[in-house]
Amino acid sequence: MLCGGTGCHSTGTKAFREALQNELESQGLVEEVKIIETGCNGFCAVGPVMLVQPEGIFYQNLRTKHVPHLVEEHFLKGRPVPKLFYVEPASKETIPNMNDIPFFKHQVFWAMRNKGALDPEVIDEYIARDGYFGAAKAVNEMTADQIIEEMKISGLRGRGGAGFPTGLKWEFAGKSSSDIKYVLCNADEGDPGAFMDRSILEADPHAVLEGMIIAARAINSHQGYIYARTEYPLAVRRLGIAIQQAREYGLLGKDILGSGFDFDIDIYQGAGAFVCGEETALMRSIEGKRGMPRPRPPFPALRGLWEKPTILNNVETFSNVSQIILNGGKWYASVGTETSKGTKVFALSGDVANIGLVEVPMGISLRTIIYDIGGGVPNKKKFKAVQLGGPSGGCVPEEYLDTPVDYEEIVKLGAIMGSGGMIVMDENTCMVDMARFFMDFIQDESCGKCTPCREGTRRLLQILENICNGKGKAEDLVALDQISNVIKASALCGLGQTAPNPVLSSLRYFMDEFHAHIYEKKCPAKRCIPLLKFEVDPDACTKCGICFRNCPSNAISWKKKEVAKIDKGKCTQCLTCYEKCRFEAIL
Amino acid sequence: MAHFERPQHPDITNDMFDKIDEIIAINQPRPGSIIAALRECQNVAGYLPIELIDYISYGMNLAPSEVFGIASFYSLFSMEPKGRHTIKMCLGTACYVKGIKEIMSRVHREYGIGDGETTEDRRFSLDAVRCLGACGLAPVMIVDNDTYGALSSDGTVEILEKYE
Repeated sequence: MLCGGTGCHSTGTKAFREALQNELESQGLVEEVKIIETGCNGFCAVGPVMLVQPEGIFYQNLRTKHVPHLVEEHFLKGRPVPKLFYVEPASKETIPNMNDIPFFKHQVFWAMRNKGALDPEVIDEYIARDGYFGAAKAVNEMTADQIIEEMKISGLRGRGGAGFPTGLKWEFAGKSSSDIKYVLCNADEGDPGAFMDRSILEADPHAVLEGMIIAARAINSHQGYIYARTEYPLAVRRLGIAIQQAREYGLLGKDILGSGFDFDIDIYQGAGAFVCGEETALMRSIEGKRGMPRPRPPFPALRGLWEKPTILNNVETFSNVSQIILNGGKWYASVGTETSKGTKVFALSGDVANIGLVEVPMGISLRTIIYDIGGGVPNKKKFKAVQLGGPSGGCVPEEYLDTPVDYEEIVKLGAIMGSGGMIVMDENTCMVDMARFFMDFIQDESCGKCTPCREGTRRLLQILENICNGKGKAEDLVALDQISNVIKASALCGLGQTAPNPVLSSLRYFMDEFHAHIYEKKCPAKRCIPLLKFEVDPDACTKCGICFRNCPSNAISWKKKEVAKIDKGKCTQCLTCYEKCRFEAIL
Repeated sequence: MAHFERPQHPDITNDMFDKIDEIIAINQPRPGSIIAALRECQNVAGYLPIELIDYISYGMNLAPSEVFGIASFYSLFSMEPKGRHTIKMCLGTACYVKGIKEIMSRVHREYGIGDGETTEDRRFSLDAVRCLGACGLAPVMIVDNDTYGALSSDGTVEILEKYE
């Protein structure tokens, strides 16, 4: 099972696949060994990855040059190749079986149950793994009320970030009276740093379709749309294939499985607007307009797409639905905390050893995710903070890593669960610069309709830029706090209301960095270029030559036993020397 | 289909207009399809000059001002000519933490283009995109249809030199 997700594509899965196919053909093994290209496996850091069944052996960091040896040893002679096994970084132990690798061992695959386990372009494989049995039960054996009851018992909350109880949302739409109702899937995963939905769409598109069919039955809708990001071409393609195959098998369209229930799904693609992940903006975009949100009430469950009752749910939310119907709401609620049931998929990235997708039960601590699953911070650097919830969320410092993953617990910390982006930052990250980065993003993506967001975030960005450029003043700290709170209270939509969160949480936990920038005109993490001198401190320099050896522009001169010197004319300010120097000797 | 005369434009050939007419014909009856129509027409012509936006709006039976409003709202659409090769640099959080800013500076130094700009000789266009969803390989860029991950400054220039 060869990973065919976007990440592995970029590290060469296509070339590897061709080489492997050719080698198998030339060795006459095509009857015995079948290559199946699956969706994203989640362990992107070590791609391309491949799982060999039935042994369950996991290979990583594959290159075409490995093919002849791999085929000869493993497929011809039946001897797995230890050189290509996963190596645990701390203990240097090789671990052949996927289920023993720490990254996978602690995870609970519910939403991602089919990743890497089937060919997403073959509907029969999905059906073989109990696919569409949930939908069959829903359309043939259950009433709409019964479906909604199970969803409420499960405690499933929207996985897109807002965490609204899914069963309740469906109940409202079910009660609205209209001949036409819509089921929408939000596949516009716009949070930078989030790729959970991409993985589910590429690896298991049918899971999403099945969830939508069940939702449609619950609210009595006959038309669904998936709003998918154009930046995910592979996901869009696989969704199209899945819909086509489902129609051929009578699982979509008229009279599904002989139940008399009609439901069909079409795809609308986004056009690069973060705000279109917001529910009312998304609906405007499907209607062919500028994606600008509108005030609520009326809520979409009453009046949504084209003024008809509409439910909008996230990809991950839908992928959980069929299991809830098959196994019962109580089964789903048996895992998690009091208020946050089930599992959540996180996209763990940044300065962490094991970058990839992580699905864990709610209630697990952040520390377990970052250290036991993620492998901790690499390169002997110190952990500084983890960003949860993308540009709408906040940073969490070391003291709070034992906080359990739970919607309300995370809000208490000043962050939000969000869609699942979890970005680890080490000591070389400047928290003021990160707040500026998020505000820059928000300014770019703000639709401009309401004054608090359009003007307020512009002011916040200006102030943050001044601070990063060494022009910060004491009054700026007061202004940041005041403007942030005004925006939170008065912005029209979720994008604006949560835009100040990164600023507020950086102020809360990293005020010392703001003080350093404003009062000392210094950047403690040495990332804000206007505050750096690019000079070697002769007293701190240990004459080791590491900076000289790593400078990509040959701008550093050094000889053994001499202090290094930076030629500012050649220096491109790439900051490599700062990162490499272990003695803080560059100012 | 279009009862509006084809505008003269140096970058749009008659063959392209034939394809554009087809796209308009398919999309015109479908509600909310203007965004899909603009996207497909942009794929044909490379970008959306103002004359083309007017032409599409007449074909789709929409006011040109409304279609202009849509084209200018969504970052996918460009009214500036694009280069032969499009570089999409991911400016998402994970890529930012892993140093994409420095790589963009280096590209600016080598080729003279910043975000949203095209080189004089129309070889490259640079677009900063917000997240390509390949965060496991940060920092990431896409050149045309090829994805490149784990970029370094030197490595990036090496990759770009391969594109004429």
